[in-house]
Amino acid sequence: MTKEQVRQAILDILTEIAPDEDIHSISDDGNLRDQIDLDSMDFLDIVMELRKRFNIEVPEKDYEFLATMSSCVNYLFPLLGDRKLAS
Amino acid sequence: MVYDAIIIGAGLSGLAGGIRLALFDKKVLIVEKHTVVGGLNSFYTRKSRTFDVGLHAMTNYSPAGQRRSPLGKLLKQLRFRHEEFRLCQQETSEIRFPEKSLHFNNDFEYLKQEIAEQFPDQIDGFLKLLEKIENYDELSLVNNAPVSAKDVMSEYLSDPLLIDMLFCPLAYYGSAREQDMDFYQFVIMFKSVFVEGFSKPEGGMNYILNLMVEKYRRLGGEMQMGNGVKSIRTQNGKAVGLVLDDDSELQAKTILSSAGYLETLRLCDPAPAELKEVKAGQMTFMESIFVLDQLPKDLGYDQSIVFFSLNSKFQYRSPKIPIDPDSGVLCCPNNFQYPSPLPEGILRLTHQANYDYWNELPRKDYIAAKKEQRAQALEKLFKIFPNFSESVVFLDSFTPKTIEKYTGHLNGAVYGAPEKSKNGQTPYENLFICGTDQGFLGIIGATLSGISMANLHILKN
Repeated sequence: MTKEQVRQAILDILTEIAPDEDIHSISDDGNLRDQIDLDSMDFLDIVMELRKRFNIEVPEKDYEFLATMSSCVNYLFPLLGDRKLAS
Repeated sequence: MVYDAIIIGAGLSGLAGGIRLALFDKKVLIVEKHTVVGGLNSFYTRKSRTFDVGLHAMTNYSPAGQRRSPLGKLLKQLRFRHEEFRLCQQETSEIRFPEKSLHFNNDFEYLKQEIAEQFPDQIDGFLKLLEKIENYDELSLVNNAPVSAKDVMSEYLSDPLLIDMLFCPLAYYGSAREQDMDFYQFVIMFKSVFVEGFSKPEGGMNYILNLMVEKYRRLGGEMQMGNGVKSIRTQNGKAVGLVLDDDSELQAKTILSSAGYLETLRLCDPAPAELKEVKAGQMTFMESIFVLDQLPKDLGYDQSIVFFSLNSKFQYRSPKIPIDPDSGVLCCPNNFQYPSPLPEGILRLTHQANYDYWNELPRKDYIAAKKEQRAQALEKLFKIFPNFSESVVFLDSFTPKTIEKYTGHLNGAVYGAPEKSKNGQTPYENLFICGTDQGFLGIIGATLSGISMANLHILKN
């Protein structure tokens, strides 16, 4: 996966858990929590979707890396970089 | 085969917990002793009419697009769209006491205005109480020492009439404790009834439950209906297996029980020492449903729900007599904003009841007693409401015995035990409770309880 594909994977997850939010307006460096109305229940869902879709575990101490879009991509890229997208 | 989780009970909390777990590919089974889903909020059919079992209205109405309100959280966690629930809001409801009456609807400003008009010397205190309520973390899962809601109210309000009038609807719709509530529960109920308000799903509970069952099954969740839990086998502080009514045995890493705290401990084999320390609830009700040949409005019933007391001092406790006709709740399902009107006029009338009376009644006297108590209730009701006797085309009543039979709650205690286990923990490390005895109240609360407990004890691990 490229960084752009990792970003898209995160957007797909956000679309699933917050279908009414305007996902495309998300800026890379702003806090996700503030840009779309996410709370701790939503963060649990992001983590659960990552586990379900890519079989990766995000331990609770690493939740801080999910704060912004760019920190998400930077955190997940090494974990997902060698994955191929299912075609 | 070992399940990731087995959930006891296919009520709202069990189904919601099940959906959450199935959503993330957990192997999950719901076992339910009855053949119909819904538990406390089920439905039944008599003479081709389908009735909700106990539902007057759903509390916690919030409009589409809110993701942080209790309803918003429920919808997003279970991945339903707001419109899928087809919620129809109330018109207005009323709290009617001998001296005064207060109206409210889903716009909280209306109640504030009513209090300012009816209780001008109390409005300042009320606004301060409101501030305390708004800033309170009622959803904390930490078990704190109970704080009396009546005591807190008395700090801010000096008129006992207003205290009782505010307490009455909240008690009827959620208090397991007699004459009082824990303050955090008061806050939950205050927000869900007064600040957010009432709605009813078009199609009744039947419709909502079907939505949930369909989603649960589509996600791969399994269900066993008509096969209850006979015992939970335990060993060294762990639940190691479940024995069902048909003597089949099942295993699960985690068990989530919506049967009630005490009720769940009573299933454990061998019996835990903690069993002796837990008290069952006492608050139970009798309710009658009247189908009318006219609309309630045409008979003078123009409110969605009326909480009434014939005395200025409101009593909320297990009465010494079979039912207490001096206060009650009257619900007119027709007076909700349905897109198309209900086919028939319906009134539902609820009173506090004495479990022991109904439990000890010989079988042969039961039907006559229901009739007699219903007649007494109506006689009192018609002192302050129009008489609708001539319009009744069908009626049905349930008693504490009915509640006990269909929900398994000891004493027919609708809201479970007064002591709640907010974190859902039991003496066993992999057995948790959800639903009524976890402490989130009402339909939305019960559903959120299943979600929170599944999140906390299963998904986060």
